[in-house]
Amino acid sequence: MNVFAKLYYRLAKGAKAVQLYLVIAGPGIVVMVADNDAGGITTYAATGAKYGYSLIWFLLLLIPVAYYVQEMTVRLGAVTKRGHAEAIFAGFGAFWGWFSLVDLMIVDWLTLVTEFIGMTSALEIFGIPPWFTFAAVVLLLATIVLNGRYWTWEKIALLFCALNLVYIPGAFMVHPSVHDIVRQGLMPNLPGGFDGQLFFFLMANIGTTIAPWMLFFQQSAVVDKGLLEKDIPWGKFDTWLGSVLTVVVAVFIVVVTGTVLRGVDIDSAAQASAQLQETHHWVGTFMAIGLFDAGLLGAICISLASSWAFGEIFGWAHSLNTNIKEAPWFYACYFFMLLSAGAVVLIPGAPLVLITLFVQVIAVTLLPAALVFLILLLNDKENMGEYTNTRTQNALGGTIVLLIVVLSTLYGVSVLFPGLFG
Amino acid sequence: MMRSLSRLVRKFHSINVRYRNPRIGMSPAVRTSLMALRLYLLLLVALMLYKFVSLLVA
Repeated sequence: MNVFAKLYYRLAKGAKAVQLYLVIAGPGIVVMVADNDAGGITTYAATGAKYGYSLIWFLLLLIPVAYYVQEMTVRLGAVTKRGHAEAIFAGFGAFWGWFSLVDLMIVDWLTLVTEFIGMTSALEIFGIPPWFTFAAVVLLLATIVLNGRYWTWEKIALLFCALNLVYIPGAFMVHPSVHDIVRQGLMPNLPGGFDGQLFFFLMANIGTTIAPWMLFFQQSAVVDKGLLEKDIPWGKFDTWLGSVLTVVVAVFIVVVTGTVLRGVDIDSAAQASAQLQETHHWVGTFMAIGLFDAGLLGAICISLASSWAFGEIFGWAHSLNTNIKEAPWFYACYFFMLLSAGAVVLIPGAPLVLITLFVQVIAVTLLPAALVFLILLLNDKENMGEYTNTRTQNALGGTIVLLIVVLSTLYGVSVLFPGLFG
Repeated sequence: MMRSLSRLVRKFHSINVRYRNPRIGMSPAVRTSLMALRLYLLLLVALMLYKFVSLLVA
């Protein structure tokens, strides 16, 4: 009896901890799952189709990479109570501040266009016209942000994060060989030897894991949520859980396309969904739903990243805890980004492929700057106090930042000059 | 229209004044990082311009 009582006590305690976490979860988990946006889903689907399970080990390596970078924004936001844009303006002066703000606006807007491309193409599979998807998404996002509470917005975003797990049952439905996944996927290897194409895929996977908007978004969200220094451990745990979840979802996408579409050239996740539907109807349907959800989550976060950044610098009220009357410019900026980016997708003959490629190139001009600023700001003892980066954190963070800068630059260059790496 | 434009210009000016002096101490490490970043961005812009011009010529 005593054993049962102890077991019950432990289970109840565990259930309470989970309940407590669900109440305070976010924004780390939201930003990390939103990282698997429409572009990310396409990258993972193409990786699985091209190399099967062989690059799963590489995706797993990206868990600590994503965590260590995003964890720094939690500390910076909680200690300084400033968003990333404001921190750059204050720390490095107006020149670097304007550079980051304008670059962020361009990258965010272009990325938002790619999210709308993903969402409209996903729902077109079900016969829903793009204009309807556009209208429905804008209406849905307006309802989510205009409720006047950060907490409600975050919990709705978490619901969409949960929908991102739809790829997991999809992977089980294609009956992959667990033996093959472990043998081919978990042993580090370079399928077919190291060549230009493999290099491109590795860089593309890194590029989808760390994006500039994520740094700006998470730090601003930490400030808007009102996280304090004492909340940093929770914020770190939240980010860690999010980075594990995002890579797990990526692995399951790779398993799906690696099992069913091996050897097929994938240009977009929508194309992968349509092809999957031919042989595995429900898996293809899950893939399309997941793609729509990924685009929606990306849109939810990216449009906010810019509005927060502009609010911080221009001194407008810029919190989701305010209503439209209290923060008109914040919401005007939000809806301008959303409506203009969505409208591009509706223009007949718009250069959507060019836009998708351009996002990757422009992001490369902002990412290194944002990462270097992040490391320098985390070493500002005067502001960060006991939360300043330690030597180990600097060595780890510095190495990761250096690797991301080099690889993302090579990725951007390879997009500009496709034949450069063979 | 002119009034809103001048208000906007004043706003930009006030932001520039507010953030005129970087708060971070300009240690040699910070200076080197910022210089490396400038060079890196110049290189990227040059590459993009080259690509743009070569596309126009083709």
